[in-house]
Amino acid sequence: MGAQVHGTQDFDQKKRTEIKFSDAAMATVKEIISHYPESKIKSALLPVLHVAQAEFGGWLSPEVMDYVADVLKIKPIEVFEVASFYTMYNLKPVGKCVLEVCQTSSCWLNGAEDIVKYIEKKLNIKVGETTKDGMFTLKVAECLGSCGTAPMLQCGASYHENLTYDKVDKLLDKYKSEGRQRNYTDLDYHNTL
Amino acid sequence: MIHNDKVPGIATLEVYRAHGGYASVEKALKNMTPDQVTDEVKKSGLRGRGGAGFPTGLKWSFLAKPEGVPRYLVCNADESEPGTFKDRYLMEVIPHALIEGMITSSYALGAKVSYIYIRGEYFYVARIVENAIKEAYAAGWLGKNILGTDFSHDCYVQVGGGAYICGEETGLLESLEGKRGNPRIKPPFPAVAGLWGCPTVVNNVETIAAVCPIVMMGGEEYAKIGIGKSTGTKLISASGHINKPGTYEIELGIPVEEFIYSDEYCGGIRNGKKMKAVVAGGSSVPILPTELILKTAKGEPRLMTYESLADGGFQTGTMLGSGGFIVMDEDTSIVKNLFTFTRFYHHESCGQCSPCREGTGWMEKILKKFLNGTAVESDVELLWDIQSKIEGKTICPLGEAAAWPVAAAIRHFKQEFIDIAKSKKFVDVSHYNRLNKITA
Repeated sequence: MGAQVHGTQDFDQKKRTEIKFSDAAMATVKEIISHYPESKIKSALLPVLHVAQAEFGGWLSPEVMDYVADVLKIKPIEVFEVASFYTMYNLKPVGKCVLEVCQTSSCWLNGAEDIVKYIEKKLNIKVGETTKDGMFTLKVAECLGSCGTAPMLQCGASYHENLTYDKVDKLLDKYKSEGRQRNYTDLDYHNTL
Repeated sequence: MIHNDKVPGIATLEVYRAHGGYASVEKALKNMTPDQVTDEVKKSGLRGRGGAGFPTGLKWSFLAKPEGVPRYLVCNADESEPGTFKDRYLMEVIPHALIEGMITSSYALGAKVSYIYIRGEYFYVARIVENAIKEAYAAGWLGKNILGTDFSHDCYVQVGGGAYICGEETGLLESLEGKRGNPRIKPPFPAVAGLWGCPTVVNNVETIAAVCPIVMMGGEEYAKIGIGKSTGTKLISASGHINKPGTYEIELGIPVEEFIYSDEYCGGIRNGKKMKAVVAGGSSVPILPTELILKTAKGEPRLMTYESLADGGFQTGTMLGSGGFIVMDEDTSIVKNLFTFTRFYHHESCGQCSPCREGTGWMEKILKKFLNGTAVESDVELLWDIQSKIEGKTICPLGEAAAWPVAAAIRHFKQEFIDIAKSKKFVDVSHYNRLNKITA
């Protein structure tokens, strides 16, 4: 039903029918929906998109957005217009770990550019790209509210603050050796390195 | 408000309660009418701590109260103004201070349901607040018939999706309704038609937390803290080239010089450098050079108050704003710093209004010319011209927020722009090797 509204992305009906939240994710979604009056469950869209993104590989495909529309009983375009507005939703496939380096004023004053260059060199990718092994995507972000502990990067829900090259090395090594996807609920290594 | 921040376990209900937590809920629900609570807030002179500084009691008194229509309290925890991280600190360290404030404020406003809208990137903070809410439910501070009274209240957290514009209250409400965060045209104001068209009050995290001490000590006593119309305490998040970045609770009225140089607060400039400039209240307020941030144009010491920081208007003054205090040392390139601000606003413009959507992009492009050595002198005038055509011509204040830093940088540091344009080469000394110093 939502094939037309997703623009350039191909819509795969077969894939669409295979998409379904796990029981655990569905329980979370129902809990979120319960926070709003019955006639206003569209309000649950932003938090539910986070759940969907974590559940289906770190990004929102047209099929996933269509599924979310069904779950919340709204139109697919209502999902797409929101997913495309907010920066935290990925509309293209990303690596298992999305590294978001803050680049705004206080972080810049404390060497954020050096951190970005260092990671670019280390992973042999540019900002916006994903490593060939699909492990890392490097992004830059606007102010993440970590100005007093700059420079910093976010991965999943974890903040890594007061970064040094050494901390970046340790972090990337750990992520790489574990090799799993980090989504918005993942808090491991949060400021512990 | 955060004087207990170093107490071990203060994030838990048990320890928070042992240190006098939730007393304002007890006092309000048992001994005061809702209107009496609002009156105390009015008397306290509390002003919105999110940035605009609008009197909170007045905002509350605008709330429409039609029969049979639900009213809502919404907490704005979408803290995204560059340089600001005080709300994060408060929620992370003493989450119950916010929840206590939500309950007491909701009682005053007659709101049966409230929402705390937290920016998506602060997901781990949202989790801390959610856990605190669970504790509060279990202990009977939330839910039905709180403390055996007929006041019932539910409080929920919603996480955003990453958009600065949702810090604007009507953009936030749109987002809370599951839409793009496009700010609404006002009037009607949220006090009349807010969340789902119902009367709504939107307050910043710190504002809501400040309601607790106001109820406890009484509005008049609270108003004795501070100077003049800047009453109470304010959380300041200090960052940049200072020895002790962090969140500080100050009594409004201390001198700016003391805040920057005293060991109790910022502890002076890092590496023995001299200070060049300060952004005093988050990225959108005008940047001031050292001489104007320490003293007003009249030569009086500049104080940490709404009035003193604004003394001299935008010609020689600035604003207290959100309390995001960014300090820059003598090696900092004002032009490059401005570029990071302008890139930010271009990225965060919601795109509804042409002057903001197009203007922020043009300003970013022109500033980029300064960085890659292709700027000409007349670009300074062009920048000035563009910013002047954004201010006051947009639905929401993001237009002003984007224009003011550009205007102030040109106003106070014009020569720097001209020098770069003349040299045809951008020499950025401000960030090279900084990190090596940190590592070493």
